[in-house]
Amino acid sequence: MRSGGLSLRRCAALIRKEALEILRDPSSIAIAVVLPILLLVLFGYAVSLDPQRIRTAVVAPVLDRPTMSLIEHLRGSPYFAIEVHRSRQPAEERLRARGVEAVLVFPDDFAARLARGELALQLLLDGVNANTARIVQAYLRGTLGIWAAGELRLRLEAPALLLEPRLWFNTDVESRRFLVPGLVAVIMTLIGSLLTALVVAREWEHGSFESLFATPIRITEILAGKLLPYFLLGMIGMALVAATAVFLFGVPLRGSLAALAGMSALYLVVTLEFGLLVSGAARNQFVAGQITLFAAFLPAFILSGFVFDIRSMPGWMQTLTYIVPARYFVSSLQTLFLAGDLGAVLFPDAAALAAFAFGLALLIRTRTRKSLE
Amino acid sequence: MWRRLGALILKELRGLWNDRRTRFVLVGPPLVQLLLFAHAATFDLDHLPVVLWDEDRTALSREFLAGIEGAKVFGPLYRVQRKAELDRLIDTRSVAFALRIREGFAADLSAGRPARVQLLLDGRQTNTALGILAYIQRIADSFSVRQLQSRGLQSRIETRAWFNPNLESRWFVVPGLVGILTQVITLAVTALGVARERELGTFERLLVTPLRPVELMLGKTLPALIVGLGEGLLIFVVGITLFAVPFLGRLEVLLAGLALFMLGVAGVGLSLSAISHTQQQAIVWAFLFMAPSVVLSGFATPIENMPPLIRAITWINPLRWMIEILRSTFLRALGFADLALPFAMLALIALVSLTAATVIFRRRVA
Repeated sequence: MRSGGLSLRRCAALIRKEALEILRDPSSIAIAVVLPILLLVLFGYAVSLDPQRIRTAVVAPVLDRPTMSLIEHLRGSPYFAIEVHRSRQPAEERLRARGVEAVLVFPDDFAARLARGELALQLLLDGVNANTARIVQAYLRGTLGIWAAGELRLRLEAPALLLEPRLWFNTDVESRRFLVPGLVAVIMTLIGSLLTALVVAREWEHGSFESLFATPIRITEILAGKLLPYFLLGMIGMALVAATAVFLFGVPLRGSLAALAGMSALYLVVTLEFGLLVSGAARNQFVAGQITLFAAFLPAFILSGFVFDIRSMPGWMQTLTYIVPARYFVSSLQTLFLAGDLGAVLFPDAAALAAFAFGLALLIRTRTRKSLE
Repeated sequence: MWRRLGALILKELRGLWNDRRTRFVLVGPPLVQLLLFAHAATFDLDHLPVVLWDEDRTALSREFLAGIEGAKVFGPLYRVQRKAELDRLIDTRSVAFALRIREGFAADLSAGRPARVQLLLDGRQTNTALGILAYIQRIADSFSVRQLQSRGLQSRIETRAWFNPNLESRWFVVPGLVGILTQVITLAVTALGVARERELGTFERLLVTPLRPVELMLGKTLPALIVGLGEGLLIFVVGITLFAVPFLGRLEVLLAGLALFMLGVAGVGLSLSAISHTQQQAIVWAFLFMAPSVVLSGFATPIENMPPLIRAITWINPLRWMIEILRSTFLRALGFADLALPFAMLALIALVSLTAATVIFRRRVA
């Protein structure tokens, strides 16, 4: 098909028509402006991997001095809500009924063994949520270790080896700081692809797309006319979401605004193009909506490194994540918000996204024809 | 009435099955998602790249590092001799963390002074960082214990995890996925069903037939339940066979839960469908319901960690209760008596949402 010879006048007319359509049915504006903020606020507060107060049952058959001292130490910690039982059975019942998340069992001879320099305890965990169980275990062991060090200082010097952990980019160890930039990416994936996924499918369904064939307008002009208004709408949504992340959730923006805007624009083009491609292929809104959910939203949620670390996935799965555009946007947003303008991360990510934008444009160009099947 | 209803249900099912693309999106993606996500949705640490910087280069420092090199959870090892190289590896996320042993490590140990090891973690993935910290702490502890054994401290904390002894994330994720994917299908079929017919004008034709509004509603609900239940069972079977997640509970508890859950979701879907004039609006509403319901379900992040207000909102989320039933039947083998609250909440949600759907339907459509 011939290309080139873009007519600005035809393009402008189409953009104007699309803009009028957006204004007439405000659901596009709702998708671009209301939906992202609503989702970010809700998710930002809801999504946290930091345990609040771990409900822990302590089984202490003998309440002697060291036992009481350890229980008091646990009560003093902000991480635990402690309840004390004298025997094992009621505590296990609480664990079974999900009343508590962990049970700490003192042996009868706890004090005697401690006097010999042995910290002997049994820890029962609710293993259903493996991640929480591991965090609970780490917190409890850490707290027990601190107490034991204090108790045994009478007998021991400091431990032989001191670990000095430092968490770069997120010194307060707040999971929200790392989750919110990822959430921004997930939300923008949903918004971007949803905005365009339905527009072309709707026209196919109503038959108005075929009417366009009768006009002198070129495919490239139709595509530009569809992309531009939604691009502007999407950028407004992105700006609002980024502002919410910084001002409401206190996520630092250590990189530059220009880099943030540049990466966002690039990614938005990719998602809008993806929506257009789906829309053209599906030709019906039900199918287009479903494909968007399954092929854009869920991979962005699960395969992008937003909560689940890509480096811990099986090898073939890691390879697969390279074709998920959200992966590059999540990585650059986490870097831009928490670390700064690191060229070593941003340039490869930008290159990958540009390649996606170009590849998708080609694909749309060849798949959309001014003809009926 | 039953004959009319039967005809309508048959028509709906045919409509879903006959379109090649619709048939594909109903069956293909959920299965692919299950296969992918059951592998990808994991918090378990595995083959994480590490960078080691040993400035001490003594037998003792090597002994400590051997504990790291031997660990299965750590993968490719880099060794550097300069700060700039180490920074670059962390910045570009080529490694998950760095261990730095300063000069004088062995000398401190021999002199009885605490020897210091620096652990640099990437806070851009806090969850991984905390997991690594816990792991390295254990290696450091056991190293300490070996060094201090002559002085007599022994830590014997025996840990046992109930219901999931090896703490496998997959056992936790797969039951959740059964709930999510069932909800997606049920919601899609009900939310878009009516909106599509209204947009295309075929709904008006249904209204002039002798079908009553209640029959119309049932005719839209039952096919969604049939499709959703079939899909849910398919995912269930794949979960327990392919992914070997144990199912310790009773099947009738699970099925009763699924049926109540889908009634509730169908009620939500029909309500959304009835308030929408176009499919686009229905899709937006469906997303507006779907996305928060996944995040607020406890699927990935525990409900206990949420602030009280958000925790209160999760009470009206059917997916939250369904996932609770799924996990409790899969792993905990709980029965009806133990799950009275989730069942009561699902029944209440179904009652409210179906009533709402009927009312809106009568007022806006019929």
